Order: sequence, then C-alpha cells, then structure tokens
Amino acid sequence: MATTLRTVGAELRELAPAVVRRATELGATAAEAVASEGSEFSTVVRLGEVETLKESGSRALGVRVFVGQHAASTSTSDLSPEGVEQLVRAAIELAKITSEDPMGGIPAAEQLGQLEGDLGLYYDDVYSLSNEERIAQARRAEKAALAVDSRLTNSDGGTFDASIGRKVLANSHGFTGEYRSSYCSISAVPIASDEAGNMQRDYWYSVARTLAKLESPEEVGRIAAERTLRRLGARKVKTQKVPIVFDRQTAGALLDHIFDAVNGDAIYRHASFLAGKLGEKPFGGNLTVIDDGTIAGGFGTRPFDGEGVPTRRTTVIENGELKSYLLNTYTAKKLGLATTGNASRGLAGTPGIGNGNFYVQPGEKSQEEIIRGVKQGLLVTEFLGFGVNLVTGDFSRGASGMWIENGELAYPVEEITVAGNLGEMFSNLAEIGNDLIWRGAVACPTLRIEGMTIAGE
Amino acid sequence: MDKRFFFEKYGLSERELEKYLSAALSAGGDYADLYFEYLTSTALSVDESMVKSASQGISAGCGVRVVTGERTGYAYTDDLAPEKILHAARTAALIASGPAKTPVVSLKENARPSLYPVTNAASDAELAEKVKLVFRADKAARAYDSRIKEVRAAYADELRRILVIGSDGTFAEDVQPLSRMSVFVIARDGELSAKGTSGGGGRNKFEIFLTEKTPEHFATEAARQAILQLNAVSCPAGEMEVVLGPGWPGVLLHEAIGHGLEADFNRKKTSAFSGLLGKRVASDKCTVVDNGTLNERRGSLNVDDEGNNTNNTMLIENGILRGYMADKLSARLMGLPNTGNGRRESYEHIPMPRMTNTYMLAGEEMPEDIIKSVKRGLYAVNFAGGQVDITNGKFVFAASEAYLIEDGKITAPVKDATLIGNGPDVLTRVSMVGNDLKLDEGIGTCGKDGQSVPVGVGIPTLKIDRMTVGGTGSAA
Repeated sequence: MATTLRTVGAELRELAPAVVRRATELGATAAEAVASEGSEFSTVVRLGEVETLKESGSRALGVRVFVGQHAASTSTSDLSPEGVEQLVRAAIELAKITSEDPMGGIPAAEQLGQLEGDLGLYYDDVYSLSNEERIAQARRAEKAALAVDSRLTNSDGGTFDASIGRKVLANSHGFTGEYRSSYCSISAVPIASDEAGNMQRDYWYSVARTLAKLESPEEVGRIAAERTLRRLGARKVKTQKVPIVFDRQTAGALLDHIFDAVNGDAIYRHASFLAGKLGEKPFGGNLTVIDDGTIAGGFGTRPFDGEGVPTRRTTVIENGELKSYLLNTYTAKKLGLATTGNASRGLAGTPGIGNGNFYVQPGEKSQEEIIRGVKQGLLVTEFLGFGVNLVTGDFSRGASGMWIENGELAYPVEEITVAGNLGEMFSNLAEIGNDLIWRGAVACPTLRIEGMTIAGE
Repeated sequence: MDKRFFFEKYGLSERELEKYLSAALSAGGDYADLYFEYLTSTALSVDESMVKSASQGISAGCGVRVVTGERTGYAYTDDLAPEKILHAARTAALIASGPAKTPVVSLKENARPSLYPVTNAASDAELAEKVKLVFRADKAARAYDSRIKEVRAAYADELRRILVIGSDGTFAEDVQPLSRMSVFVIARDGELSAKGTSGGGGRNKFEIFLTEKTPEHFATEAARQAILQLNAVSCPAGEMEVVLGPGWPGVLLHEAIGHGLEADFNRKKTSAFSGLLGKRVASDKCTVVDNGTLNERRGSLNVDDEGNNTNNTMLIENGILRGYMADKLSARLMGLPNTGNGRRESYEHIPMPRMTNTYMLAGEEMPEDIIKSVKRGLYAVNFAGGQVDITNGKFVFAASEAYLIEDGKITAPVKDATLIGNGPDVLTRVSMVGNDLKLDEGIGTCGKDGQSVPVGVGIPTLKIDRMTVGGTGSAA
C-alpha cells in the first residue's frame, strides 16, 4: 500500500503546480492548488467477532483562483486530464460572479516557506500489519475491557484504524510544498449493566503517528472498562453552585472553545466575545495558552499552513493577557495584523483557521491534589451537546462525572448541565493541573473552575 | 431525465455490474451491493455585503459492500474504471473466506415514487440567480434594524445521482436534489452583542426561494432573534415545566427517542429502548412517525441508499413503541420489516439505519391553552441541535430562543441554555399536545458514527411536565 502511494505521490507533486500554471494561462492573476491522497483501513470487532472491515484509498484536487480581486474555488475527485481541465475552467468562470474584495489574495511571496527537517509526521509502520494482526489489535482491546468485571456484559466493540495521507500545495508565486502524515488508533467501547438492567457505556482510545507509540490494546481496554464501570448507579444532583473540576478530556473541550474565540474569522466579524480584547487582560493571571505548529511528531504539526506559510509558535494568552489572535492571510489583512501561519484548507472553499498544537501551560498540582482540595463539588468527565454561544461566551452543556465529597470521589452523576460564561470561567481558574498529556492537537491539564451553575433536580 | 446516467457516463452495462457483484461474492459472502454516486455541489455566501468567494465541486465514486452473517466488508474507489471497481469488489470480498456460495440474482428495477423535481431542481438555476438570493438576504437583514451589524448569508445546493445494485436483484437509480439558504447575523447595541440564525430548504425547485422560502423570510427571522437576544435575561436553572413551540423543537424527538429506535442499536442491545417493543414509552397523547415519503422534504428519499423505497413508519402509537427503523442488515438479522432507513453519507461510507423526517402527529389542544396552563416554566421555540447517549438514554438539546412563562403568560426572553432529559421517560411526561403540527424549515443535518445525512423533524406545541433546564439563573 505504501509503495503505491509513493508512485502516485510523484504524480500529485507535478499535478498541483500544473493546475496552477493552467489557471494562470486561462486568466487567473493568482492561483493555489491542493492535491491530496489518502488510504484508510478500519476494523471493528464486536463480542469477539469481526463486524466491519474497511479498506480504501482516494485522491482529490482543489483549486482557488483570483481574477483580479475576484476569488472562486473548485474541487474534484476526477483527476483525468479532462476532469482537471474542467476544474480549472469552472473556477475561472465562477470568479466572474463573485465580488471584488480588496483584501483577497494569496500570501506575499516573502511570507511563503516551510519548516525544514523531519517533523516526525509520517511512519510507514502504521500500514505494516496484516489484516489478521490488525483485527487482533481490535479484538485484544475489547477482550481486555470485558475481562475486567462481570458487569461488563455487552460492547460496542474494539477498533483498530490506520491511515496515511499526502498533501501537496502549490501556488502562483512558485511555492510547492508537500508532506505526508500517518495515524493509527485503537479503541474500546464496553457496556456495563447494573442489577436493574440500567446500562452505561464509556470508551477509551490511543492514537499515534506510529505503531511504536500506540498504547497496548490491553491498556486501552482496561481504562475503557474502568471509565464505564464507575458510571454505574449514576444519579442526578440538586441544582447548585459548587467548584467544578474538569478532567483532561473535558478541559480540552473547554479549550476548544477558547480556540474558536481567538479564531481570526470570528474576531474580524465581531462574532467572538474576545473581539477587540487584544492587549487586554480578560483572564486570570495563571492562564497561559500557546499554539505551536512546530512540535516534532505533534498531532497539530505541519511544515506549512494551508496557504504555504511556515507554521510557528504563537503565545495566544500570557498570564491572562490576550497576546495574539490566530490568523490566516485574509483575516490578518482585515485586522491590520500579520498572519500567524494558521491557515487551514480543505479541498474546497476559502482557507479557514486551524490550530497547531494548542495547549494550556501546566501548573503544579496533580489531578488528585486538585480533587483533594474540593470539599463539595463535581468532577466532570464527559460533555453532552454543544451549547456554546461564542458571541456572548454563554456556555451550557450536558455533563456527567463524579461527585466530590471532602476531597474524595463519592458517586457517579448524570443528567445534569453545567453552565457559565466562558470569559468568566477562564478568569476564575482556581487551579491548573500538572497533567498535560497530548492525545490530540488540543491539550489541557485538569482545571478547577469556580462560580458555575449545575442544573439538576 | 437522464436515466441510465452511470451507464452512459462510465460505459457500465448490466452484465458488467453482475460481474462486479460476482467478484464481491467470490469468497463466499451472503450478500453484496455496489453504490455508485456522482455528486455536484455549489456554495456561495455573502459576507460584509460581498460575495467573497464561491465554490463548486464534483465527487464521484463507487462503494462495494459484502455481508456475511453479521460481518461487513467494505471498499471504495473514486476511479470508476472497471479494473478499479473489480479491485474494490475483491477487497471487500475478503470479509468472507471460502468458496462462492451465493448466486447473483438478475437485476430488476422496481417502481419507485417521485417525491422531488429532477429537472428544474435548485441546482439547475443560473449562478447569477443564486447570487441574487444572498444579496437580498443581506439587504433585508440590515434593513430590519440598524443594530444588525454583521450579516452572512449562504446558499448551497447539490445534485446527487445514485445507482444501487445488489446481489438480491436490487437495481435502483435516483437523482436527489438538495438546497438550502442560511442567514447568520450579529446585533450590537453598545456593549451588548447577540446572534441570530435562520435557514431552510429541501429537495425543491429553485422557485421555492422566490415564493415561500424567500431570502427576506430567513433574513428577517435571523435579525428578529438577534435583536430579541440583546435583552435576554439569564435562563433559570433546574427542573421545571417546559413548553416546546412547533416545528424545529422536534429535534427533541430526534435525540430523545429517534436514535434509540434505530435498529442497529437494538440488534446489539446497546440502546436504552432495547426490548421495549409493545411497551409504553410515551404518554397516550404521543404518536411519532418517521416518514421518508413527504414531497420535497430535506429528509425525504425516493429510495434509501440500499435501493429500497422509503416508508411512513409508525414508531410510537398512542404512547406504545411500535417499530424500529431498519436497514437491510438489521431487518434480516432481527426478522423485522425493512423500513427503507438504510442511509450513508457517501460512497465512502457503510450504510446504517438512519432517520428521514421524524415527527409527532398533531393533538387537540390549542397552543395558547398550553401556555396558559403553565404557572412558571420555559417556552422554547428555537434550538441549535442536540446529542444523545443512546445507551443510558440521556439526551440534550440547546435552546437558542426561549422565554419565561409566568402565570400563563410568555414574558422575558432568556439566554441560550441546554435542556437535558432521559429518552425513555421524557415523552411519558408529555401532558398536552397542540393541534399545530409543523415541520422544520429544512436545515437539519444528523451525525452518527462520523456520517452526516440531511434529516427533517417536527412537532406540534408540546408541554412536558418536568425537564431539567441548564441555565445560570435561579430556579423558575
């Protein structure tokens, strides 16, 4: 599989600049093309038997053209010469109906470039296993989960996934950049029942760019089982205000909202509660947030962004002060600032804003120590729903977790909501844990937040 | 209409298709199908009163599925050359191991309904006409109130051509148009900011945006919400009586019971609704259907993505659970009727049971009597979507427009808040059902296992005696 990809890669590397040249010939004053290909494998094993086995590869091409200050973009999965010609012609045609936007354009030539050296994004080994070995990984994860306790009576399965991809970006300043990436992951989703027949599920997973860094299926299964079992017997609690501790997963989800709020697209449209707050100190002095697209092997690492600008390390919030938004070329121009190399680009459409490795600087205490400091409170381990209003910062999401009594986890809690305002929540960070662990491109240690409302009985 | 689209464009023949199916079953599978898809799409939006960009895309491919017992093998290709399709078929075949045992039945096309236009679909309209729509929305939203400061209006359409063939003789072609408009606005007044959103569409002709679902209709609605929200008070927190307005608040049904009644979860006994067929799951005032056969609705389909005609399926009749939504695999393994709910996002995805248009039938109460019956509670009329954990039944949906009810009267608008409940018992607390059934405007997209499909929802005005409301204010 990997061999095939290499052969095809050579074609893609030529295809993207060829598309840019063709667009220029047909009248584009600037153009940018993306060519991508990928292969994916996934399997689900449920109750010991293979449930699904999926294996495939695909390729696609996208182009963005400017005719003067008029922009348009097209994409296709048809990479035949006719398909590519149609793609370019359609984009030029489409640019005739768009408005003149004085801020539009690709980055200036001197802004383009890419990080040198091996960033540790691609490892052949994710595709090295035979189907039998891949199935065995999924089966072992599920088996390990179900073996933990007899109350684990059902399962939504164990999985093993692997994917590899290649992306080529070229533009009319002569930039051509290319990178490959790889992922593999294992997960388990056990289901537990209590005597009354009430069911609970939870999950755990491990994801890595190389098999060598993947946690063992047994470890994944064991943690999934523990997370599921501790939910049995969950109850509602009364409506009240108490300190809330967010574990790494849910704290990371809160941090996702902060990313959305410093996203240049939301800023220039005043669609974020942080718009216009650059240089102010909207958060507590203990909060420092970094975006770093350059960390070797990171899930948010790339040699260049979606417009061919090198990625970098940006301090977004430093000791509570808003130091930088995250920007691409367009949003930077709109705000009179410089791009931060955070353009993200799919095949179609205008570049958006994407994070690199986005994280909260860890503090001193372990999660245990933070919980120990709470007399009455809640540890939130899962959110349900997406109730966030970025314009106002108002936050209200379904939650489940564990009740904390006198510094100890007492019993599981469910069917409640936690609500507050993101601006206030992040200025009331009573504690930031020391447990920063990368399980994705956004990472946050355990957080303790004061002043939020739990709605329950 | 371009029947035999794939035959002409890719030089397919029935003999060749049967050959692919045989290859898919060459290692002993029980059933195989191929799903050909050719999707064209257009999207454009106005932002700061400029059409800053527009995009078009073409995506085509074929997915091959092989089923053996409860196992599914799947492979796809975006290159429709015969050798690539054969390669995908042979890859998917490997889910089974043994000699071929299932013969391919001769392909036969069944009669199918015609629920939506296939000529003059929205996608056929001139680009210039589509551009006019978004400019009209921009203008109308700004004209609504000088406090409307930001306006984004988007138009998107697609035309999906599919061909499904199965080793059981299934042969179904369909051309599925889909279009929508959406408007997002921000109002500002001094230090206060608020947003409003609106949108709609369906599998309709372009004319609908010039007659019923005009840009002005959506723009005014989004602007009205934003201006209203400028002065919203904190939403109360805790358990209270909740009245849901008609239409889009039907997302309650989608989350609370819809997903839990998809047959795959019940086959695996991972749903809180497993084993409840014939049992009471709602008050006797509740009758809920999933209906894929409504004309031009966003969730409607002539045939599902397995080639079966869709149905009007009774899910809950006067409070009693009557049926699940099934696809081919679940129907066969569970001995249930196939309700034509097998759907997938694209040729890259394995089909599974999904909703179409899910709604509750009208009751007898006057909506104003329902409001009058509430002493203190919440009246929620617009939502921003929801989510469910089908195993423990807990679900949420986030209200984006809601009001306090005090002494039987609607009073102050409240800020966004999430409502949370338990699927298997929330409908048992429905004490009043209005006579004003409304379906949503055609904007819903449902996600399951990473696959998105368009759906519809609807309810009449409903009163739920007790639900937890996730605000920050003191209890109502």
